[in-house]
Amino acid sequence: MTEIAQEKSAASGMGPGRFLPPPPLFLLQPVLRRVVRRVADLHPSLFDRLGPHRSAHFVIDARGLPFVLLLVPDPGNLQFRAIARRAEPVSDARIAGGFFDLLGLVDGAEDGDALFFSRDLDITGNTEAVVCLRNALDDVEGSIAEDVAGLFGAPGRAVLAALRRAGDRRGSGS
Amino acid sequence: MRPELVCPAGTPAALRTAVDAGADAVYCGFQNATNARNFPGLNFTPDELAQGVEYAHARGTKVLLAVNSFPTAGRFGLWRDAVDMGARFGVDAVIVADIGVAAYVAEHRPDLRLHLSVQAAASSPEAIRYYVREFGVKRVVLPRILTIPEIKEVKSEIPCEIETFIFGNHGLMVEGRCSLTNYATGLSTNMDGVCSPAAQVHYDKEPDGSVATRLGDFTIDRFGPDEQAGYPTICKGRYLAPNRDDAYYAFEEPVSLNLARLLPQLIEAGVEAFKIEGRQRSRAYVRQVVGAFRTAVDQVLAGQEPELADLVALTEGQKQTQGAAASKKWR
Ligand code: SF4
Repeated sequence: MTEIAQEKSAASGMGPGRFLPPPPLFLLQPVLRRVVRRVADLHPSLFDRLGPHRSAHFVIDARGLPFVLLLVPDPGNLQFRAIARRAEPVSDARIAGGFFDLLGLVDGAEDGDALFFSRDLDITGNTEAVVCLRNALDDVEGSIAEDVAGLFGAPGRAVLAALRRAGDRRGSGS
Repeated sequence: MRPELVCPAGTPAALRTAVDAGADAVYCGFQNATNARNFPGLNFTPDELAQGVEYAHARGTKVLLAVNSFPTAGRFGLWRDAVDMGARFGVDAVIVADIGVAAYVAEHRPDLRLHLSVQAAASSPEAIRYYVREFGVKRVVLPRILTIPEIKEVKSEIPCEIETFIFGNHGLMVEGRCSLTNYATGLSTNMDGVCSPAAQVHYDKEPDGSVATRLGDFTIDRFGPDEQAGYPTICKGRYLAPNRDDAYYAFEEPVSLNLARLLPQLIEAGVEAFKIEGRQRSRAYVRQVVGAFRTAVDQVLAGQEPELADLVALTEGQKQTQGAAASKKWR
């Protein structure tokens, strides 16, 4: 691995710890529920693009966080939960990437194919479900990250701005 | 003449992004086999296309509807409906590959501008003149197999506009005639509109961090832990052969076309429209690539040296090529 690639992969794996010390999982669950509800309410058309994969179980592994996220994007049974790594559930598809890369994807700032080409994004399981989810999220106008930040008012937006700056610094550094 | 920048739109949000980034025209398709990017979760419902046309036209951008796959017997209605809906919504042209679809447009929608898709693989003046004469084709999208002098020569012998690809995925098989996916999966790129259907693509991560890519029952590549990856298409796979020590790229390497440096020569050769590939890509890709080429084309037209943004991070395998435009060698 080149020095640049090493720096990049170390930075990609870095969590947002400086900004968000991870709270205990039971405190996180209601927040995640609100987040996914908010996104679903704002963007109902997102579910149409998922087609038959609405009931798929996606595990999202933001490297560097002490937990993984389980997403079931089914409007009738919407789930978004943090689960300890040692208890990772069986899933239909698994998406793993650096925290800032995944943030870039939901912020409309990063290209999923480019992250895949550079090996910063790992996909296993049902590839079609992942492609559908990627396309559905990419069709959301504006930024999901902004929608979520807006849920927490000015402090939420300040955290997003800080994370974006950190992501940019990481990008320009690599 | 000011060349048109023709940009990809896989979703309504990508369409708006391309329009806002300076596209002169966007191309898009419906959510079915009528277009050659029939990927899951991609493309437009009829309502979305109608709204997309409204958005683009309000900002002076054209919408080109890709109806560029080949109907098989008994399925023609799907292609006819796609053309009719496009006409009803006021698209500026339909891009077709099949002679039956071209004939339908010529006979039933004579006011609808007809572009010949790259999928038709018309590369000789004789073939192109045939489409112009028989169906009234106004523009041909040239296959990516011609050098710039060849493009210039073709241009001098045809009575229609030329569109060439300038950026994006680069599959060197003759467009519209590749059956590699069909062989491996039973689905046809040309008739079902999808190369390497995602439902049959599998990535198997191995303990050492390498990833094996499978399409159907075939392993088509294996990337080491730190190796760049490419699209899971057979043409970009690596294969073992009896006379080779290691797996090798039998057809083509993962690489993207980038003709940014050749824009002045392409304009000089008489190319009327520049096409950016990537309906399957994200808004982030559309924003960056369209923005970069908007700036570059405008600078060339103003007689300035174009500033070429670095787009390598968006390319397949993080490698770029000028393809056949620069050399007739296979790679
Ligand atoms: S296998 Fe390659 S050349 Fe054939 S259709 Fe797919 S991308 Fe094109």
